[in-house]
Amino acid sequence: MSARLPTRAPERTAETAPFWDACAGGRLVLPRCDRCHELVWYPRRFCPFCASTSLSWVELSGRGTIYSATVIRQGQGPYRGVGPYCLAYVELDEGPRMLTNIVGVDPTRVEIGQRVRVQFDPAGDDDALPRFAPDT
Amino acid sequence: MSIRGKALIAGAYEHPARVIPDRTLAEIHAEVALGALADAGLAMSDVDAYFCAGDAPGFGGLSMADYLGLRCRHTDSTETGGSSYLIHVGHAAAAIAAGHAHVALITLAGNPRSGGPPPGGSGRVASAPESEFENLWGSTVAGSYALAARRHMHEFATTSAQLAEIKVAASLHAQHNPNAFLPQVVTVEEVLESPMVADPLHRLDCCVITDGGGALVMVSPEVASSLERPCVNVLGQGEAIKHTAGGRIDLTYTGAVWSGPAAFEEAGVTPADIDYVSIYDSFTITVLQTLEDLGFCPKGQGGRFVLDGTLVAPHGRLPFNTDGGGLCNNHPGNRGGMTKVIEAVRQLRGEAHPEVQVPDCELALAHGTGGSLATRMGSATVILGREAP
Repeated sequence: MSARLPTRAPERTAETAPFWDACAGGRLVLPRCDRCHELVWYPRRFCPFCASTSLSWVELSGRGTIYSATVIRQGQGPYRGVGPYCLAYVELDEGPRMLTNIVGVDPTRVEIGQRVRVQFDPAGDDDALPRFAPDT
Repeated sequence: MSIRGKALIAGAYEHPARVIPDRTLAEIHAEVALGALADAGLAMSDVDAYFCAGDAPGFGGLSMADYLGLRCRHTDSTETGGSSYLIHVGHAAAAIAAGHAHVALITLAGNPRSGGPPPGGSGRVASAPESEFENLWGSTVAGSYALAARRHMHEFATTSAQLAEIKVAASLHAQHNPNAFLPQVVTVEEVLESPMVADPLHRLDCCVITDGGGALVMVSPEVASSLERPCVNVLGQGEAIKHTAGGRIDLTYTGAVWSGPAAFEEAGVTPADIDYVSIYDSFTITVLQTLEDLGFCPKGQGGRFVLDGTLVAPHGRLPFNTDGGGLCNNHPGNRGGMTKVIEAVRQLRGEAHPEVQVPDCELALAHGTGGSLATRMGSATVILGREAP
Protein backbone atom coordinates (compact mmCIF):
# COMPACT_ATOMS: atom_id res chain seq x y z
CA MET A 1 0.00 0.00 0.00
CA SER A 2 2.93 2.33 0.53
CA ALA A 3 4.02 2.25 -3.09
CA ARG A 4 1.38 4.78 -4.06
CA LEU A 5 2.51 7.43 -1.57
CA PRO A 6 4.77 10.12 -3.03
CA THR A 7 8.42 9.71 -2.22
CA ARG A 8 10.31 12.63 -3.66
CA ALA A 9 13.97 12.89 -2.73
CA PRO A 10 14.54 14.90 0.46
CA GLU A 11 16.36 18.21 0.22
CA ARG A 12 19.56 17.84 2.21
CA THR A 13 21.18 20.64 4.16
CA ALA A 14 24.58 20.66 5.84
CA GLU A 15 22.73 19.94 9.08
CA THR A 16 20.49 17.12 7.89
CA ALA A 17 22.62 15.21 5.34
CA PRO A 18 23.76 12.54 7.85
CA PHE A 19 20.11 11.75 8.66
CA TRP A 20 19.19 11.26 5.01
CA ASP A 21 22.43 9.39 4.27
CA ALA A 22 21.53 6.94 7.04
CA CYS A 23 17.98 6.53 5.68
CA ALA A 24 19.44 5.74 2.27
CA GLY A 25 21.39 2.96 3.99
CA GLY A 26 18.35 1.63 5.82
CA ARG A 27 19.17 3.06 9.25
CA LEU A 28 17.26 5.52 11.44
CA VAL A 29 19.58 7.91 13.27
CA LEU A 30 19.15 11.07 15.32
CA PRO A 31 21.53 13.54 16.92
CA ARG A 32 22.13 13.08 20.65
CA CYS A 33 23.47 15.95 22.71
CA ASP A 34 26.98 15.26 23.99
CA ARG A 35 26.32 17.41 27.06
CA CYS A 36 22.75 16.66 28.26
CA HIS A 37 22.37 13.37 26.33
CA GLU A 38 18.89 14.20 24.99
CA LEU A 39 17.89 12.89 21.56
CA VAL A 40 16.76 15.67 19.24
CA TRP A 41 13.91 15.53 16.71
CA TYR A 42 13.97 17.04 14.07
CA PRO A 43 17.66 16.62 13.15
CA ARG A 44 19.85 19.68 13.69
CA ARG A 45 23.34 20.65 14.89
CA PHE A 46 21.96 22.36 17.96
CA CYS A 47 20.53 21.04 21.21
CA PRO A 48 17.21 22.77 22.02
CA PHE A 49 17.38 21.34 25.55
CA CYS A 50 20.70 22.82 26.70
CA ALA A 51 21.89 25.02 23.78
CA SER A 52 24.94 22.85 23.15
CA THR A 53 26.35 22.72 19.62
CA SER A 54 28.10 19.42 20.26
CA LEU A 55 25.93 16.47 19.15
CA SER A 56 26.66 12.97 17.88
CA TRP A 57 24.59 10.77 15.59
CA VAL A 58 23.23 7.59 17.16
CA GLU A 59 21.31 4.73 15.57
CA LEU A 60 17.81 4.00 16.86
CA SER A 61 15.86 0.76 17.07
CA GLY A 62 13.32 1.91 14.50
CA ARG A 63 10.50 0.77 16.75
CA GLY A 64 7.81 2.88 18.31
CA THR A 65 4.19 3.40 19.29
CA ILE A 66 1.56 5.52 17.57
CA TYR A 67 0.96 8.71 19.61
CA SER A 68 -1.70 10.15 17.27
CA ALA A 69 -2.94 9.46 13.76
CA THR A 70 -5.28 10.94 11.17
CA VAL A 71 -6.47 9.95 7.71
CA ILE A 72 -6.05 12.84 5.31
CA ARG A 73 -8.74 12.49 2.66
CA GLN A 74 -7.41 15.09 0.21
CA GLY A 75 -3.67 15.66 0.13
CA GLN A 76 -1.88 18.67 -1.27
CA GLY A 77 1.10 19.12 -3.58
CA PRO A 78 2.63 15.71 -4.37
CA TYR A 79 -0.06 14.03 -2.21
CA ARG A 80 -2.94 15.44 -4.24
CA GLY A 81 -4.96 12.64 -5.73
CA VAL A 82 -3.23 9.74 -3.94
CA GLY A 83 -6.37 8.90 -1.99
CA PRO A 84 -6.71 8.67 1.81
CA TYR A 85 -3.42 8.27 3.66
CA CYS A 86 -2.38 8.10 7.29
CA LEU A 87 -0.35 10.91 8.86
CA ALA A 88 0.81 10.09 12.36
CA TYR A 89 3.11 10.94 15.22
CA VAL A 90 5.13 7.92 16.23
CA GLU A 91 6.72 7.94 19.67
CA LEU A 92 10.05 6.26 19.11
CA ASP A 93 11.08 3.77 21.77
CA GLU A 94 14.00 6.11 22.50
CA GLY A 95 11.61 9.01 23.29
CA PRO A 96 11.08 11.61 20.57
CA ARG A 97 7.76 11.83 18.72
CA MET A 98 8.19 12.22 14.97
CA LEU A 99 5.75 12.92 12.17
CA THR A 100 5.51 10.16 9.56
CA ASN A 101 3.11 7.99 7.57
CA ILE A 102 1.70 4.66 8.67
CA VAL A 103 1.73 2.28 5.70
CA GLY A 104 1.07 -1.36 5.00
CA VAL A 105 -2.35 -1.19 6.65
CA ASP A 106 -5.78 0.26 5.90
CA PRO A 107 -5.26 3.89 7.05
CA THR A 108 -8.70 3.93 8.72
CA ARG A 109 -7.67 1.00 10.96
CA VAL A 110 -4.62 2.71 12.46
CA GLU A 111 -4.99 3.23 16.19
CA ILE A 112 -3.24 5.16 18.93
CA GLY A 113 -1.06 2.82 20.96
CA GLN A 114 -0.34 0.46 18.04
CA ARG A 115 3.24 -0.81 17.82
CA VAL A 116 5.03 0.10 14.60
CA ARG A 117 8.40 -0.44 12.98
CA VAL A 118 10.27 1.75 10.51
CA GLN A 119 10.56 0.89 6.83
CA PHE A 120 12.41 2.85 4.18
CA ASP A 121 10.56 3.74 0.97
CA PRO A 122 12.83 4.43 -2.01
CA ALA A 123 12.81 8.14 -2.88
CA GLY A 124 14.38 9.79 -5.89
CA ASP A 125 17.43 8.00 -7.28
CA ASP A 126 19.30 6.88 -4.17
CA ASP A 127 17.35 8.18 -1.20
CA ALA A 128 14.80 6.70 1.18
CA LEU A 129 11.99 8.05 3.32
CA PRO A 130 11.29 6.58 6.78
CA ARG A 131 7.69 5.45 7.16
CA PHE A 132 6.25 3.04 9.69
CA ALA A 133 4.19 -0.14 9.39
CA PRO A 134 2.50 -2.29 12.04
CA ASP A 135 5.10 -4.31 13.95
CA THR A 136 3.80 -7.84 13.64
CA MET B 1 5.58 48.19 33.76
CA SER B 2 2.02 47.12 33.00
CA ILE B 3 -0.04 48.18 29.99
CA ARG B 4 -3.19 48.14 32.08
CA GLY B 5 -5.21 51.26 31.48
CA LYS B 6 -2.46 52.89 29.41
CA ALA B 7 -3.93 52.37 25.93
CA LEU B 8 -7.36 52.06 24.35
CA ILE B 9 -8.84 50.70 21.16
CA ALA B 10 -10.54 53.67 19.51
CA GLY B 11 -11.35 52.26 16.08
CA ALA B 12 -12.21 48.84 14.69
CA TYR B 13 -13.25 47.88 11.18
CA GLU B 14 -13.97 44.57 9.43
CA HIS B 15 -14.09 44.53 5.66
CA PRO B 16 -17.70 43.67 4.73
CA ALA B 17 -16.76 41.52 1.70
CA ARG B 18 -15.79 37.85 1.79
CA VAL B 19 -14.76 37.64 -1.86
CA ILE B 20 -12.62 40.49 -3.24
CA PRO B 21 -11.39 39.54 -6.70
CA ASP B 22 -10.64 43.01 -8.02
CA ARG B 23 -8.35 44.62 -5.45
CA THR B 24 -4.69 44.23 -4.56
CA LEU B 25 -3.59 43.26 -1.06
CA ALA B 26 -2.17 46.75 -0.47
CA GLU B 27 -5.50 48.24 -1.52
CA ILE B 28 -7.42 46.08 0.98
CA HIS B 29 -4.97 47.08 3.73
CA ALA B 30 -5.65 50.74 2.86
CA GLU B 31 -9.40 50.23 2.77
CA VAL B 32 -9.55 48.68 6.25
CA ALA B 33 -7.11 51.27 7.62
CA LEU B 34 -9.42 54.06 6.44
CA GLY B 35 -12.40 52.21 7.91
CA ALA B 36 -10.84 51.89 11.36
CA LEU B 37 -9.58 55.49 11.36
CA ALA B 38 -13.04 56.76 10.36
CA ASP B 39 -14.54 54.66 13.16
CA ALA B 40 -12.14 56.30 15.62
CA GLY B 41 -12.63 59.79 14.24
CA LEU B 42 -8.97 60.10 13.29
CA ALA B 43 -7.05 60.62 10.04
CA MET B 44 -4.18 58.74 8.40
CA SER B 45 -1.99 61.75 9.25
CA ASP B 46 -2.60 61.14 12.96
CA VAL B 47 -0.97 57.68 12.85
CA ASP B 48 2.53 57.54 14.34
CA ALA B 49 2.92 53.77 14.77
CA TYR B 50 2.15 50.96 12.31
CA PHE B 51 1.76 47.23 12.89
CA CYS B 52 1.32 44.46 10.33
CA ALA B 53 2.14 40.75 9.99
CA GLY B 54 3.11 38.29 7.27
CA ASP B 55 0.00 39.00 5.22
CA ALA B 56 1.27 42.49 4.33
CA PRO B 57 2.73 42.47 0.80
CA GLY B 58 6.33 43.09 -0.11
CA PHE B 59 8.54 44.29 2.69
CA GLY B 60 5.69 44.33 5.22
CA GLY B 61 5.68 47.51 7.26
CA LEU B 62 8.13 49.25 4.94
CA SER B 63 6.08 48.60 1.83
CA MET B 64 2.79 49.45 3.53
CA ALA B 65 4.05 52.66 5.22
CA ASP B 66 5.31 53.71 1.81
CA TYR B 67 1.98 52.86 0.11
CA LEU B 68 -0.11 54.56 2.82
CA GLY B 69 2.17 57.58 3.21
CA LEU B 70 2.61 56.98 6.93
CA ARG B 71 5.09 58.85 9.09
CA CYS B 72 5.91 56.30 11.79
CA ARG B 73 8.16 56.60 14.79
CA HIS B 74 7.33 53.08 15.89
CA THR B 75 6.72 49.88 13.92
CA ASP B 76 6.37 46.15 14.61
CA SER B 77 5.80 43.34 12.14
CA THR B 78 5.64 40.43 14.56
CA GLU B 79 4.57 37.36 12.59
CA THR B 80 2.92 34.53 14.51
CA GLY B 81 0.31 33.59 11.91
CA GLY B 82 -3.30 34.23 12.83
CA SER B 83 -2.42 35.27 16.39
CA SER B 84 -0.19 38.13 15.17
CA TYR B 85 -2.81 40.86 15.60
CA LEU B 86 -3.43 40.13 19.28
CA ILE B 87 0.30 40.36 19.83
CA HIS B 88 0.24 43.67 17.95
CA VAL B 89 -2.44 44.92 20.36
CA GLY B 90 -0.15 44.15 23.30
CA HIS B 91 2.92 45.63 21.65
CA ALA B 92 1.04 48.75 20.56
CA ALA B 93 -0.25 49.20 24.10
CA ALA B 94 3.32 48.87 25.42
CA ALA B 95 4.60 51.40 22.89
CA ILE B 96 1.84 53.85 23.81
CA ALA B 97 2.43 53.27 27.53
CA ALA B 98 6.13 54.01 27.03
CA GLY B 99 5.32 57.24 25.21
CA HIS B 100 6.72 55.97 21.91
CA ALA B 101 3.42 56.41 20.08
CA HIS B 102 0.03 58.04 20.44
CA VAL B 103 -1.98 56.60 17.56
CA ALA B 104 -1.20 53.04 16.43
CA LEU B 105 -2.67 51.42 13.33
CA ILE B 106 -2.86 47.62 12.91
CA THR B 107 -3.99 46.15 9.57
CA LEU B 108 -4.72 42.72 8.06
CA ALA B 109 -5.72 41.79 4.52
CA GLY B 110 -5.87 38.58 2.53
CA ASN B 111 -7.43 37.14 -0.59
CA PRO B 112 -7.02 33.34 -0.57
CA ARG B 113 -10.48 32.86 -2.18
CA SER B 114 -9.39 34.92 -5.16
CA GLY B 115 -6.05 33.27 -5.81
CA GLY B 116 -3.93 34.80 -3.06
CA PRO B 117 -1.56 32.82 -0.86
CA PRO B 118 -3.05 29.47 0.29
CA PRO B 119 -3.70 28.50 3.93
CA GLY B 120 -0.61 28.69 6.03
CA GLY B 121 1.14 30.24 3.22
CA SER B 122 4.14 32.43 3.03
CA GLY B 123 7.06 31.45 0.84
CA ARG B 124 9.38 31.67 3.83
CA VAL B 125 7.78 28.59 5.36
CA ALA B 126 9.40 26.40 2.70
CA SER B 127 12.89 27.31 3.96
CA ALA B 128 12.05 26.63 7.61
CA PRO B 129 14.39 24.09 9.23
CA GLU B 130 11.43 21.85 10.18
CA SER B 131 9.68 21.90 6.79
CA GLU B 132 11.35 18.89 5.22
CA PHE B 133 10.51 16.81 8.30
CA GLU B 134 6.80 17.51 7.94
CA ASN B 135 6.11 18.16 4.25
CA LEU B 136 7.67 14.94 2.98
CA TRP B 137 4.92 12.97 4.73
CA GLY B 138 2.12 15.05 3.27
CA SER B 139 1.29 17.10 6.37
CA THR B 140 -1.57 19.56 5.85
CA VAL B 141 -3.06 22.29 8.02
CA ALA B 142 -6.22 20.29 8.64
CA GLY B 143 -4.16 17.15 9.22
CA SER B 144 -2.05 18.74 11.94
CA TYR B 145 -5.15 19.98 13.78
CA ALA B 146 -6.74 16.56 13.32
CA LEU B 147 -3.77 14.91 15.04
CA ALA B 148 -4.37 17.13 18.08
CA ALA B 149 -8.10 16.38 18.01
CA ARG B 150 -7.50 12.63 17.81
CA ARG B 151 -5.12 12.66 20.76
CA HIS B 152 -7.50 14.81 22.80
CA MET B 153 -10.27 12.30 22.10
CA HIS B 154 -7.98 9.46 23.13
CA GLU B 155 -6.95 10.98 26.45
CA PHE B 156 -10.21 12.67 27.47
CA ALA B 157 -12.98 10.80 25.61
CA THR B 158 -13.91 13.97 23.73
CA THR B 159 -16.42 13.19 20.95
CA SER B 160 -17.09 14.49 17.45
CA ALA B 161 -20.61 15.45 18.56
CA GLN B 162 -19.12 17.65 21.29
CA LEU B 163 -16.85 19.35 18.77
CA ALA B 164 -19.86 19.85 16.51
CA GLU B 165 -21.64 21.82 19.26
CA ILE B 166 -19.03 24.53 18.74
CA LYS B 167 -19.90 24.84 15.05
CA VAL B 168 -23.61 24.85 15.88
CA ALA B 169 -23.16 27.74 18.35
CA ALA B 170 -21.16 29.72 15.78
CA SER B 171 -23.84 29.14 13.16
CA LEU B 172 -26.59 30.29 15.51
CA HIS B 173 -24.69 33.59 15.76
CA ALA B 174 -23.83 33.83 12.07
CA GLN B 175 -27.51 33.77 11.05
CA HIS B 176 -27.77 37.34 12.37
CA ASN B 177 -24.69 38.60 10.50
CA PRO B 178 -25.64 39.78 6.99
CA ASN B 179 -21.99 39.59 5.91
CA ALA B 180 -21.38 36.04 7.17
CA PHE B 181 -19.95 33.65 4.57
CA LEU B 182 -22.02 30.77 5.99
CA PRO B 183 -25.20 32.28 7.47
CA GLN B 184 -27.11 29.00 7.62
CA VAL B 185 -27.82 27.43 11.02
CA VAL B 186 -26.44 23.89 11.15
CA THR B 187 -27.18 20.97 13.45
CA VAL B 188 -24.84 18.54 15.17
CA GLU B 189 -26.04 15.87 12.73
CA GLU B 190 -25.19 18.05 9.72
CA VAL B 191 -21.67 18.59 11.04
CA LEU B 192 -21.19 14.86 11.62
CA GLU B 193 -22.57 14.01 8.18
CA SER B 194 -20.38 16.53 6.33
CA PRO B 195 -17.46 14.96 4.45
CA MET B 196 -14.43 13.92 6.48
CA VAL B 197 -11.43 16.14 5.75
CA ALA B 198 -8.89 14.61 8.14
CA ASP B 199 -10.24 12.23 10.76
CA PRO B 200 -11.80 13.19 13.12
CA LEU B 201 -12.38 16.63 11.57
CA HIS B 202 -15.28 17.02 9.13
CA ARG B 203 -15.66 19.80 6.60
CA LEU B 204 -17.98 21.64 9.00
CA ASP B 205 -15.38 21.41 11.77
CA CYS B 206 -13.25 23.72 9.62
CA CYS B 207 -13.32 27.49 9.31
CA VAL B 208 -14.27 29.27 6.10
CA ILE B 209 -11.70 30.48 3.60
CA THR B 210 -12.41 34.11 2.78
CA ASP B 211 -10.91 37.22 1.29
CA GLY B 212 -11.12 40.29 3.45
CA GLY B 213 -9.38 42.09 6.23
CA GLY B 214 -9.67 44.27 9.25
CA ALA B 215 -7.96 47.03 11.16
CA LEU B 216 -7.66 48.48 14.64
CA VAL B 217 -6.67 51.94 15.85
CA MET B 218 -5.18 52.20 19.33
CA VAL B 219 -4.60 55.45 21.19
CA SER B 220 -3.27 56.93 24.41
CA PRO B 221 -5.74 58.02 27.10
CA GLU B 222 -5.05 61.65 26.14
CA VAL B 223 -6.07 61.06 22.54
CA ALA B 224 -9.04 58.95 23.64
CA SER B 225 -10.42 61.77 25.75
CA SER B 226 -10.70 63.91 22.61
CA LEU B 227 -12.73 61.32 20.65
CA GLU B 228 -16.50 61.02 20.45
CA ARG B 229 -16.85 57.26 19.95
CA PRO B 230 -16.65 54.96 23.00
CA CYS B 231 -13.19 53.42 23.35
CA VAL B 232 -12.27 50.05 24.82
CA ASN B 233 -9.63 49.69 27.54
CA VAL B 234 -6.75 47.26 27.03
CA LEU B 235 -6.45 45.71 30.48
CA GLY B 236 -3.99 42.90 29.93
CA GLN B 237 -2.21 40.87 27.28
CA GLY B 238 -0.17 37.68 27.22
CA GLU B 239 1.68 35.92 24.42
CA ALA B 240 3.59 32.69 24.04
CA ILE B 241 5.23 30.42 21.50
CA LYS B 242 4.76 26.70 21.95
CA HIS B 243 6.85 24.37 19.80
CA THR B 244 7.80 20.78 19.17
CA ALA B 245 10.26 20.77 22.09
CA GLY B 246 12.94 18.68 20.43
CA GLY B 247 10.35 16.01 19.68
CA ARG B 248 8.67 15.90 23.12
CA ILE B 249 5.41 16.91 21.47
CA ASP B 250 2.27 17.06 23.63
CA LEU B 251 -0.80 17.60 21.47
CA THR B 252 -3.24 18.02 24.35
CA TYR B 253 -2.53 21.64 25.28
CA THR B 254 -1.78 24.94 23.55
CA GLY B 255 0.30 28.02 24.29
CA ALA B 256 -2.82 29.50 25.90
CA VAL B 257 -1.70 27.82 29.13
CA TRP B 258 0.95 30.54 29.26
CA SER B 259 -0.61 33.50 27.43
CA GLY B 260 -3.88 33.25 29.36
CA PRO B 261 -2.54 33.48 32.93
CA ALA B 262 -0.23 36.34 31.92
CA ALA B 263 -3.16 38.30 30.50
CA PHE B 264 -5.43 37.57 33.47
CA GLU B 265 -2.72 38.60 35.93
CA GLU B 266 -2.02 41.86 34.15
CA ALA B 267 -5.73 42.66 33.95
CA GLY B 268 -6.31 41.65 37.56
CA VAL B 269 -9.31 39.48 36.69
CA THR B 270 -10.14 35.77 36.49
CA PRO B 271 -11.97 33.63 33.92
CA ALA B 272 -15.12 33.84 36.07
CA ASP B 273 -15.20 37.61 35.54
CA ILE B 274 -15.34 37.45 31.73
CA ASP B 275 -18.69 38.31 30.08
CA TYR B 276 -17.80 37.49 26.46
CA VAL B 277 -15.01 35.60 24.66
CA SER B 278 -13.69 35.69 21.11
CA ILE B 279 -11.86 32.38 20.75
CA TYR B 280 -9.75 31.61 17.69
CA ASP B 281 -11.67 29.03 15.70
CA SER B 282 -9.70 27.76 12.74
CA PHE B 283 -11.24 24.39 13.63
CA THR B 284 -13.66 23.30 16.34
CA ILE B 285 -10.83 21.58 18.23
CA THR B 286 -8.96 24.90 18.39
CA VAL B 287 -11.82 26.36 20.44
CA LEU B 288 -12.17 23.35 22.71
CA GLN B 289 -8.50 23.14 23.66
CA THR B 290 -8.24 26.91 24.10
CA LEU B 291 -11.24 27.10 26.46
CA GLU B 292 -9.57 24.48 28.66
CA ASP B 293 -6.16 26.12 28.52
CA LEU B 294 -7.52 29.57 29.41
CA GLY B 295 -9.11 28.06 32.51
CA PHE B 296 -12.79 28.29 31.60
CA CYS B 297 -13.04 24.59 32.44
CA PRO B 298 -10.61 21.93 33.70
CA LYS B 299 -8.26 20.21 31.24
CA GLY B 300 -10.09 17.46 29.43
CA GLN B 301 -13.57 18.77 30.31
CA GLY B 302 -13.96 20.98 27.23
CA GLY B 303 -16.23 18.48 25.50
CA ARG B 304 -18.73 18.55 28.33
CA PHE B 305 -18.32 22.30 28.86
CA VAL B 306 -19.56 23.23 25.38
CA LEU B 307 -22.79 21.20 25.70
CA ASP B 308 -26.18 22.69 26.60
CA GLY B 309 -25.66 25.99 24.80
CA THR B 310 -22.78 27.23 26.96
CA LEU B 311 -21.31 29.22 24.07
CA VAL B 312 -24.58 30.55 22.63
CA ALA B 313 -25.30 34.27 22.99
CA PRO B 314 -26.78 36.13 24.61
CA HIS B 315 -27.68 33.91 27.57
CA GLY B 316 -25.21 31.01 27.51
CA ARG B 317 -22.74 30.76 30.38
CA LEU B 318 -19.89 31.93 28.15
CA PRO B 319 -21.10 33.51 24.88
CA PHE B 320 -18.43 33.26 22.17
CA ASN B 321 -17.76 34.51 18.63
CA THR B 322 -21.04 36.36 18.24
CA ASP B 323 -20.17 37.43 14.68
CA GLY B 324 -20.17 33.76 13.65
CA GLY B 325 -16.40 33.53 14.06
CA GLY B 326 -14.02 31.98 11.60
CA LEU B 327 -16.19 28.87 11.54
CA CYS B 328 -19.09 30.69 9.83
CA ASN B 329 -18.47 34.38 9.32
CA ASN B 330 -14.99 35.32 8.19
CA HIS B 331 -11.38 34.11 8.34
CA PRO B 332 -9.69 36.76 6.19
CA GLY B 333 -6.41 35.65 4.70
CA ASN B 334 -6.55 32.45 6.79
CA ARG B 335 -5.85 34.64 9.81
CA GLY B 336 -8.63 34.93 12.36
CA GLY B 337 -7.00 37.03 15.09
CA MET B 338 -8.05 40.45 13.86
CA THR B 339 -11.75 39.63 13.66
CA LYS B 340 -11.60 38.19 17.19
CA VAL B 341 -10.58 41.58 18.58
CA ILE B 342 -13.10 43.45 16.40
CA GLU B 343 -16.10 41.46 17.66
CA ALA B 344 -14.92 41.88 21.28
CA VAL B 345 -14.84 45.65 20.68
CA ARG B 346 -18.38 45.51 19.27
CA GLN B 347 -19.59 43.65 22.35
CA LEU B 348 -17.97 46.12 24.78
CA ARG B 349 -19.44 49.06 22.86
CA GLY B 350 -22.84 47.40 22.90
CA GLU B 351 -22.77 47.34 19.09
CA ALA B 352 -23.00 43.61 18.40
CA HIS B 353 -26.16 42.45 16.63
CA PRO B 354 -29.06 42.89 19.10
CA GLU B 355 -29.89 39.17 18.94
CA VAL B 356 -26.40 38.27 20.22
CA GLN B 357 -25.39 41.33 22.24
CA VAL B 358 -24.37 40.16 25.72
CA PRO B 359 -26.32 42.23 28.28
CA ASP B 360 -24.18 44.65 30.27
CA CYS B 361 -20.96 43.36 28.71
CA GLU B 362 -18.10 44.85 30.73
CA LEU B 363 -15.19 42.45 30.30
CA ALA B 364 -14.20 40.57 27.17
CA LEU B 365 -11.37 38.23 26.26
CA ALA B 366 -9.99 37.73 22.75
CA HIS B 367 -7.61 34.89 21.98
CA GLY B 368 -5.53 34.17 18.90
CA THR B 369 -3.86 30.99 17.67
CA GLY B 370 -1.27 30.96 14.90
CA GLY B 371 0.54 28.24 13.01
CA SER B 372 -0.45 24.74 14.00
CA LEU B 373 -2.23 23.52 17.12
CA ALA B 374 -0.28 22.37 20.17
CA THR B 375 2.91 21.82 18.18
CA ARG B 376 4.55 24.94 16.70
CA MET B 377 2.20 27.80 17.41
CA GLY B 378 1.72 31.34 18.58
CA SER B 379 -0.82 32.05 21.31
CA ALA B 380 -1.98 35.50 22.33
CA THR B 381 -4.64 36.60 24.81
CA VAL B 382 -6.04 40.10 25.20
CA ILE B 383 -8.42 41.21 27.94
CA LEU B 384 -10.51 44.26 27.18
CA GLY B 385 -12.82 46.35 29.30
CA ARG B 386 -15.68 48.73 28.65
CA GLU B 387 -14.61 52.35 29.00
CA ALA B 388 -15.75 53.91 32.23
CA PRO B 389 -18.72 56.18 31.46
